[in-house]
Amino acid sequence: MTTETPVELLRFATVGSVDDGKSTLIGRLLVDTRQLFDDQLDAVAEASAKRGVGDLDLSFVTDGLRAEREQGITIDVAYRYASTPTRKFVIADCPGHVQYTRNMATGASTADLALVVLDANQGLKEQTRRHLCIAALLGVRNIIVAANKMDMADWDRAPYDAVVKQIDELGERLGFESSLVIPVSALMGDNVVERSNEESWYEGPTVLEALEQATAGSWSSSNSGARLPIQWVLRQNGGGRTYAGMVNGASLHVGDAVTLLPQNLETTVRAIKGVRGDGSEAAPGLSVDVDLASDTDAGRGDMLATAPLPTVTREIEATVCWFGETPLSTGTRLRLKHTSRTTPARVSDLHGVVDIATLDVAPGEQLAMNEIGLVTIQTAEPLVVDDYRDNRVTGSFVLIDERTNATVAAGMVGHVDFL
Amino acid sequence: MNTPTPTAAVDHLDLLESHAIFILREVAAECERPVLLFSGGKDSAVLLHLAAKAFAPQRIPFPIMHVDTGHNFREVLEYRDQMAEHYQAQLLIAKVQDSIDQGRVPDPGPLGMRNRLQTVTLLDAINAHTFDAAFGGARRDEDKARAKERVLSFRDSFGQWDPRHQRPELWQLYQGKVNPGEHLRAFPLSDWTELDVWQYIQRENVPLPAIYFAHKRPVIKRNGMWLAAGEFVHPVPGEVIERHLVRYRTVGDASCTGAVLSSASTIADIITEISTTNVSERGATRADDKFSETAMEDRKREGYF
Repeated sequence: MTTETPVELLRFATVGSVDDGKSTLIGRLLVDTRQLFDDQLDAVAEASAKRGVGDLDLSFVTDGLRAEREQGITIDVAYRYASTPTRKFVIADCPGHVQYTRNMATGASTADLALVVLDANQGLKEQTRRHLCIAALLGVRNIIVAANKMDMADWDRAPYDAVVKQIDELGERLGFESSLVIPVSALMGDNVVERSNEESWYEGPTVLEALEQATAGSWSSSNSGARLPIQWVLRQNGGGRTYAGMVNGASLHVGDAVTLLPQNLETTVRAIKGVRGDGSEAAPGLSVDVDLASDTDAGRGDMLATAPLPTVTREIEATVCWFGETPLSTGTRLRLKHTSRTTPARVSDLHGVVDIATLDVAPGEQLAMNEIGLVTIQTAEPLVVDDYRDNRVTGSFVLIDERTNATVAAGMVGHVDFL
Repeated sequence: MNTPTPTAAVDHLDLLESHAIFILREVAAECERPVLLFSGGKDSAVLLHLAAKAFAPQRIPFPIMHVDTGHNFREVLEYRDQMAEHYQAQLLIAKVQDSIDQGRVPDPGPLGMRNRLQTVTLLDAINAHTFDAAFGGARRDEDKARAKERVLSFRDSFGQWDPRHQRPELWQLYQGKVNPGEHLRAFPLSDWTELDVWQYIQRENVPLPAIYFAHKRPVIKRNGMWLAAGEFVHPVPGEVIERHLVRYRTVGDASCTGAVLSSASTIADIITEISTTNVSERGATRADDKFSETAMEDRKREGYF
């Protein structure tokens, strides 16, 4: 076990419209790679028989809630774990229904890659465009597209070619680095794990092969310096304090010159204690505690950073995806959580609302549920931010309703080129 | 001064551990009164180990609580007390028997299953202590309802989980604010699989109760599961007590947690065993999940772990 070379971890999210077959595809992937235990498979078969939906409704593998099985839709993200000899996968099977866009965004926010599932016979629907747009905003750069239900098209090449053309056009606009389209039948299992015998015109990889070859770990890639948002101050035996948090952006090293922000105090990293003991370096994604060379009065919400330094500001330009049932209007007092700091905030200006169909930005007074807008936000306390495209951790925030504590928006500092 | 050793390559256990520690620190910082639910099982053993690491050299800054069904394995109670002492943690015990004595739940009789009754005891204890967050060792790979749950899972003032209206949870921005009377369940091990837990136990030498390792025990076969014969399970007509080499894959109420036939006596043996098994952890060992298709979802909605 421990002598094996470490396998890479790929986190991916399924995106696409309701009823195009996302959950069925994931069910197929898990069954055909033998990730399910016998009793789990028996339970899916039993539930399928009970509801009269055939021998084995593959969507029941991830649609585990009573309401989901009754309605045949996915309501919330299911997280599943799979491994092959070369890869470990964390799969977020997301809902397709527009009403549950917030849950899709939850699943896609930590994904390295989006697995887009669409019905090849119907082409790219508005909801699929919405999901792709949100995935692109969230920083997903690579997509694999399963052109599904090819069995219904008798494996005719024309609908597949049409999907390729649509995806190429949209992908170029949204700035995806790669977008591979694979003709599949999730129901029959063609080109998911097993290669299809139904067609001879497709020579590319299966869905599983494509997932095994895709770039892993792109979520934490970054153009910023090292960042350590302070979560907790640890008092050491015999006096002294160290600062605990998770490193992001770039590796932090002993001896690094760091700036404590927003105080703007320069100091040096004297020691790094990681979860495996003392080390000279801490990579992004590791929880550490850090000893600084000079005595500082740092606390939760402050940040240690190496050059190039982030911006300290009380006013940010941002892209927000609104999830609240009541529309966002300017001036409303909210709470904003950014890294380990939470502060009162208000949206002072709504510059525009994104039209999902055209990706144009039009003026608007309000932002309704599931709409995306460009805003200016003012905060009571200074924030230490990077542009979201440079660093997903220090460039992201959520907005919180002060009365109910509900999370009502996901925000990204700056805006993407296509808006 | 000692020279720091070069950092070894980061593996997936390092990332899982760091993520769990991040969640523990975040909830401890944002919530007023957290508690760590400790059953003495392997997942809560890992959780306690992580909590100790997250705040070292300080003590764990919240109490640990055992919801005690009264149907316990002796080895697990001893282990629980040892661990509390080892970490100098404040141990609270909430007893299902007290809920029965107070008339809060119907008495299922001395041999009745008490697993579902724990929910009332747990919620009463959370109210009595005004806890606003409870850490649990649940993992998403355990059950299809758990696969749907957020890392920070909101509970209303009735302790209920509403799977249709979960808070969006983007990136690693875990926001844990609740109003008085409401609380959160926090699951730092959400993304761990059973195999990850065992590999981590092996790497960190996390102590475990002896029942996880193969031992001879008198058992009764009931509904396809091997239940420990003894104080809480007696043979009914047609059943016989047999002696087998067994171990437990999970630790729960002794009246409904099954053993598996196994000769795995070390952690390495256990890792080999579960790498090749065809049966899920809960499928092999939990009678209470066999009641209905959505048994776990139904219990969770009421406020179960």
